[in-house]
This record gives sequence, structure tokens and C-alpha cells, in this order.
Amino acid sequence: MSALLGFAIMFAFACVVIAMVFCTVRLLIGPSAQDRVLALDTLWMCAMLLALMMGIRHGSQIYFEAAMLIALVGFASTVALAKFLMRGEIIE
Amino acid sequence: MNGLESIPAWAALPTAFLLILGGTIVVVGAMGLMRLPNFYQRIHGPAITVTLGAGCLLIASMIYFTVLKSRPVIHELIITLFVLMTAPVVAMLIMRAAIYRDLRAGKGESGVTDGGVYRLPEQEE
Repeated sequence: MSALLGFAIMFAFACVVIAMVFCTVRLLIGPSAQDRVLALDTLWMCAMLLALMMGIRHGSQIYFEAAMLIALVGFASTVALAKFLMRGEIIE
Repeated sequence: MNGLESIPAWAALPTAFLLILGGTIVVVGAMGLMRLPNFYQRIHGPAITVTLGAGCLLIASMIYFTVLKSRPVIHELIITLFVLMTAPVVAMLIMRAAIYRDLRAGKGESGVTDGGVYRLPEQEE
């Protein structure tokens, strides 16, 4: 049964990495600035999931704090970028 | 340390199922982000990645650590709540910025006027 769990963990790992590759493609070819911001936001979420998967794989709780920090910083940065696209400045 | 061997079968099965389901949903959402034709369709792709995909993986993590440590480990709920609260906010901010920019630039071909809600400035009399 641990073989099945090990396979599932590696499968989820590979899926998140492939999703990050797709987001990077959209980040590079995205025709407009809002496409790039959206791809960057999804990339933050995938990085958060990757930290979480790392925690499951190593059986350690330390990665949980890293995942939470990545989620917080990702939210703040995406809001700042969206505000910049909307108004041309962040703090008015 | 790797505690895969100490997980009993009744916990390993749902954890593996949720991990595989969550990973597949994450990939499908990112593929939608990459392949859909215009921005207003593309913004729907990451929505399932951050709600259903991340939710499945976080619940799998919760089951795994609860069984591994033999006590309730539910602090992944904090991330789940935070992501579920912030995903609509982020989507709405990016969408409003995109609509504003497309209307200002007069880009009707970007799909901003498709729903019949917004009009380009020169179409209004």
C-alpha cells in the first residue's frame, strides 16, 4: 500500500511541475500584460502546492509554513500588480 | 524521515485518490490557462486550479499528517480558507483591470464586448 501512496505523491509532484511549465509558457507568450499577471498568480499557487507536496513526501510539518508564506506573498503581489494595471500606480 | 510505511491502508487509499485527483485538476486548469483563445476565457482556467485542485491536495495533506502523527492536524485549513477567500478577490481585480485596459485601448477583438455588457467608447452615442 505504501507503493501506491508513493506513486500518488510522485504523480501529484509531476502534475504540479507540468502545470508550472504551462503557466511559464503563458507568462512568456502572453499577448497582454493582464495575461502575464494571471499566469504569475497561477505560478504562485503552483509553488504553494509544490511546497505542500514536498512536506507530504518528507513527512515534515516545516514545509507548511513555507506554503502559507508563499500563498500570502502571492496574494499581495498579485493585488499590487492588478492595481498597477488598473490605475498606473499602486499607492495613491 | 519518510513515514510512508507506517500509513495503514484505510488512510493510504483516500490520500492517494485525492492526490491523483488534485494533481489532474491542477494540470487541467493550467492547460486551460495555456490553450484557451482569449483572456476572458483564460481566466476561468486558474479558478479550478486554486479551488478544487488545491482543495484536494490540502485535504490529502490533512489526512496524511493526521494519521502519521496520530493526532488531529488541521492547520492546512488555514491555507484552504485563505485561498478560498482570496481567489475571487484576485480574479475580480485582474478582470476589472483587463476590462478597463481593453476599453481604453479600443480593443474590441480581445473579447471584451462579447457578452454585450460593455461597449467600446465610440459605439456609445
